[in-house]
Amino acid sequence: MPSRPLRNVSKDDLKEKARLIRRDTVRLTDICGSGHYGSSFSMAELVASLYFQFLHVRPEDPKWADRDRFLLGKGHAAIGLYPVLADLGFFPKSWLDSYTRLNSPLGDHPDVKKVPGADFSSGSIGHNLSVSVGMALGLRLKGSPARVVCMMGDGEQTEGQIWEAAISGAHWGLSNLIGIVDINGAGSDGDPQETMRTEPLAEKWRAFGWEVIVLEDGHDFDQVQDALNRALNGPGEAPRCVLAYTVAGKGVSFMEGTWQWHLGYLGPKDLERAYAEIQAGDIG
Amino acid sequence: MTAEMKAGLDLAESTVTEEFDEKTWDMVVSLGLSRQLTTGTTLLELADSGQEDIVVCTADLGRPTQVEAFGRRYPDRYFNFGIAERNMIGAAAGLAAVGYLPVISNYSFFLALMGVENIRNDICYPGLPVKMVGTHSGIAMGFYGTSHHCCEDIGALRTMAGLNLMAPCDGMAITSALRSLIRHPEPIYFRAGRGREAPIYQAPFDFRIGGSNTLREGRHATVLAIGNLVKAGLDAAETLSEEGVEVTVVDMYSIRPIDREAIRKATAEHGVIVSAEEHNVTGGFGSAIAEVIAEEGLGARLHKVGMPDQYSILGPPTHLYAHYGLDGAGVASAVRTALRG
Repeated sequence: MPSRPLRNVSKDDLKEKARLIRRDTVRLTDICGSGHYGSSFSMAELVASLYFQFLHVRPEDPKWADRDRFLLGKGHAAIGLYPVLADLGFFPKSWLDSYTRLNSPLGDHPDVKKVPGADFSSGSIGHNLSVSVGMALGLRLKGSPARVVCMMGDGEQTEGQIWEAAISGAHWGLSNLIGIVDINGAGSDGDPQETMRTEPLAEKWRAFGWEVIVLEDGHDFDQVQDALNRALNGPGEAPRCVLAYTVAGKGVSFMEGTWQWHLGYLGPKDLERAYAEIQAGDIG
Repeated sequence: MTAEMKAGLDLAESTVTEEFDEKTWDMVVSLGLSRQLTTGTTLLELADSGQEDIVVCTADLGRPTQVEAFGRRYPDRYFNFGIAERNMIGAAAGLAAVGYLPVISNYSFFLALMGVENIRNDICYPGLPVKMVGTHSGIAMGFYGTSHHCCEDIGALRTMAGLNLMAPCDGMAITSALRSLIRHPEPIYFRAGRGREAPIYQAPFDFRIGGSNTLREGRHATVLAIGNLVKAGLDAAETLSEEGVEVTVVDMYSIRPIDREAIRKATAEHGVIVSAEEHNVTGGFGSAIAEVIAEEGLGARLHKVGMPDQYSILGPPTHLYAHYGLDGAGVASAVRTALRG
């Protein structure tokens, strides 16, 4: 299986990158008047670790053939991905100010045609793991060292197509394919486990032929680094799935662990409170 | 099954006897009848000629759509997803996104109807060069019933920006289409039949996006046809000629974009146009013709031959074609009605 070196990044730097994701999520939601706080905050540590420690990408050459791919199946959390792509230099930071405004490249979901660094579009839940299977097949056929990482939501696990893709990833032994499930317990209608139970997910993914890595605290950088390293750098010949248990809205006290902030909009008073909590926070 | 049929199918290991029973419907015999499904042989020829980026995807239909031979020679570039069409479509998009040239070969009703949203979001929107061959379209599956009929794919796919929609009417047309368009940079859906169609073309031709082939010319009316109805149009022209009525027959193999010039020419010459398709007359090929006539203010009356706006009854395919007037007699009757005004 492909394996690529990690970058040495201090935990303090990673914490600051996660703060950047949360701050910009609040700021961009304010521009738009609506946004998915909960889903962005829950993946902040995972995305910071992926992009600043693990993924081999070239912002100056976003279509570099051997880049690692990152597909955001839970596309409604794009608001948490854009600040990272801008920070890395995939596109000017000024683009963030145009978030969701008329003809902006940055909408509620990532768009491969408009956003440098977005490896595929999403928005229709359940599609991106299949696209990742195709990419992993093709990259392996080319002998590329690239890995394909697909971040899914826990609500997304109810989509039948996820399991079609899981079957095929295992059938073809795609060891360059990594799934991450951000299990934040928040969906449009409440906790996905209440809406339609998909647990026990570890048994399911294992039964589908994937190596399962349970990440008990998706906000603890030591645990995150360990889980992602096992997922992205093996060993093993099977595709791997990280079940990342996280907290929706993590980092802002009144949003944490609630589904009500899956999608919403902070008023001016709460906005300042959220900024203050994010800045003072020491997650990870 | 005849030796000739066996030879064309790579059935050296088959236990099928030389005896051919028309009433037997086992798969091997069925494959032998689908001789116009030339997708596999054409892709083999293209791959053999050095096009190493061609990959073939199917969903447990590599045999009936006749692309399995590609998989035998190029197993690394042949992906059978099992009965998981939406996963196949997404993965084909992924293969295209990393630089391959995927060709999907599957039944049209599962590919275009079940997979319609995946085709839209994963292939058409990003504009990936995936080639989709939807076979067994229309009511060719006869007694398999409604689930296996596909009279809606043109309607569903004609609204998709960036998608080219082609209808090769026989094996030579499929071969021509793939040879001409395999490297076209945009997505294309090829609407093919069950492979039992009567051959129309004796030689390959330049299959052009936005093109058409005028197969016969006459001074009284024009039949604009696709798929199986091209043969029906030619049969109708033969019958009508004996009655003193001369009909132009055009194979309008490019449904989207459509050959507007061919429609202008037909309306200028006759004012009597018959569209003919094995698809619901609502939202299909005839509707595309109607749009051009209306938009350009062309002086013609359009008579649409196709499936009525209802689900087909079941029966042997040839019986169904006769029942719904999708054969020479049906088209001839439509032309007579059209000429009576």
